[in-house]
Amino acid sequence: MTESGANTDTFSTGSSKKEMRVRRIKHGTVIDHVTAGQALNVLRILGISGTTKAVVSVAMNVPSGVMGSKDIVKVEDRELEEEEVDRISLIAPNATINIIRDFEVIEKYKVDLPDSLEGVVKCDNPNCISNTNEPVTSKFIVNKKPVELRCIYCDHVISEGIAEHLI
Amino acid sequence: MLHHIISMKDFSRDEIDIILKRAKGFEPIAKGKKSDMLSGKILATLFYEPSTRTRMSFETAMKRLGGDVIDLGSIESSSVAKGETLADTIRVIGNYADAIVLRHTREGAARMAAEHSRVPIINAGDGAGHHPTQTLLDLYTIMRESSLSNLKIAIVGDLKYGRTVHSLAYALSLYRADMTLVSPKQLQMPDVIKKDLKKQGASVSETVNIEGVIDDIDVLYITRIQKERFPDPSEYQKVAGSYRVTEELLKKARNNLIVMHPLPRVDEIDPAVDGTRYARYFEQAFYGVPVRMTLLAMAMEAL
Repeated sequence: MTESGANTDTFSTGSSKKEMRVRRIKHGTVIDHVTAGQALNVLRILGISGTTKAVVSVAMNVPSGVMGSKDIVKVEDRELEEEEVDRISLIAPNATINIIRDFEVIEKYKVDLPDSLEGVVKCDNPNCISNTNEPVTSKFIVNKKPVELRCIYCDHVISEGIAEHLI
Repeated sequence: MLHHIISMKDFSRDEIDIILKRAKGFEPIAKGKKSDMLSGKILATLFYEPSTRTRMSFETAMKRLGGDVIDLGSIESSSVAKGETLADTIRVIGNYADAIVLRHTREGAARMAAEHSRVPIINAGDGAGHHPTQTLLDLYTIMRESSLSNLKIAIVGDLKYGRTVHSLAYALSLYRADMTLVSPKQLQMPDVIKKDLKKQGASVSETVNIEGVIDDIDVLYITRIQKERFPDPSEYQKVAGSYRVTEELLKKARNNLIVMHPLPRVDEIDPAVDGTRYARYFEQAFYGVPVRMTLLAMAMEAL
């Protein structure tokens, strides 16, 4: 198997020597083509912390033909929901999601930025009404190229360091 | 569908034109002609920040249309001081009044209030955010005293923190106005707003000198540099008094130039200018009444 099959035993490509970095998973989700360095943020978005019971494998800075280097996250026994996938696209716009059942990829798609985001990102304007004890959920209108989030309450735009603003 | 009035961005050019056209019909009532258009209706004014003219012109507009006004009183003695959320206050007041005028310290407060309100919310300023009724009265003043077509305008003063100028510049972009932004370097209009204006197709240029543009504009819109918006008082001292409109400056102006100011002024306009043909800021303050009458009547579905 090569990189093109997401649920592989190896992340090495173009190399005759196959290394066993992370094993194939039976059921779950493989998030491939994650922007290098963002794997831990992906875990954050998925709510995976040290106390999570699920089996999770992370590979960082894996050589990739297309991306130069990439991160990969494998989460066993969990099929990602659309909303979770949308969140990932904020920090890893090229990520691909592979749903695995019985070692086979039964569904594969690229993440896509949604047109709006609710309750995912915190507005970075400290004086925004969404940063108070009011009963309000943060909401942003998403511009895709370049990625910019505009708060629907205060009009503030977040264009850099989006990962730092994830709730 | 409730007629909330939150941000100029919610209005199309056509909708603005309708409001401006209707406002003219309210001028006689604003001057004292009797009306009972909003008789039996109650307007609640919720001002979490001080205001004189905005609050009084809303009250005047409501009362001259035959309606009544209730207010929150001082914040210190109200439920707000007990820690009530704005969302709860809005839900409660919505049971008493037919519309709510809200001024709040936080950006986005009016938008959130609208989500919780069963009556129309009229934004009278949210922190450094929007102040759409001011913008509409500014546009109305330009329409009445100059012209909104082929307009050349200089917007002068604090373009960074001044909420009125952000809304105004956005609205003027809908009229394809030629805008010159005049401010000290540290008070320039935020990039994100300039980008929005350019996206609308507006013609925008920037300068620090008022003298260079005074002979080539129809409207000089000057604003106060607002001490209360500066996080650092020493920054305020550096720019206070940067611009001053004097008779001397106006010697170079076109004959039909008009000078506007949202008021209150501190020292941006020499009082000697008040008596010249250029001054329109007191008319501007008056026009707030017919414009707000229009908005109240539309919000309460009397129009």
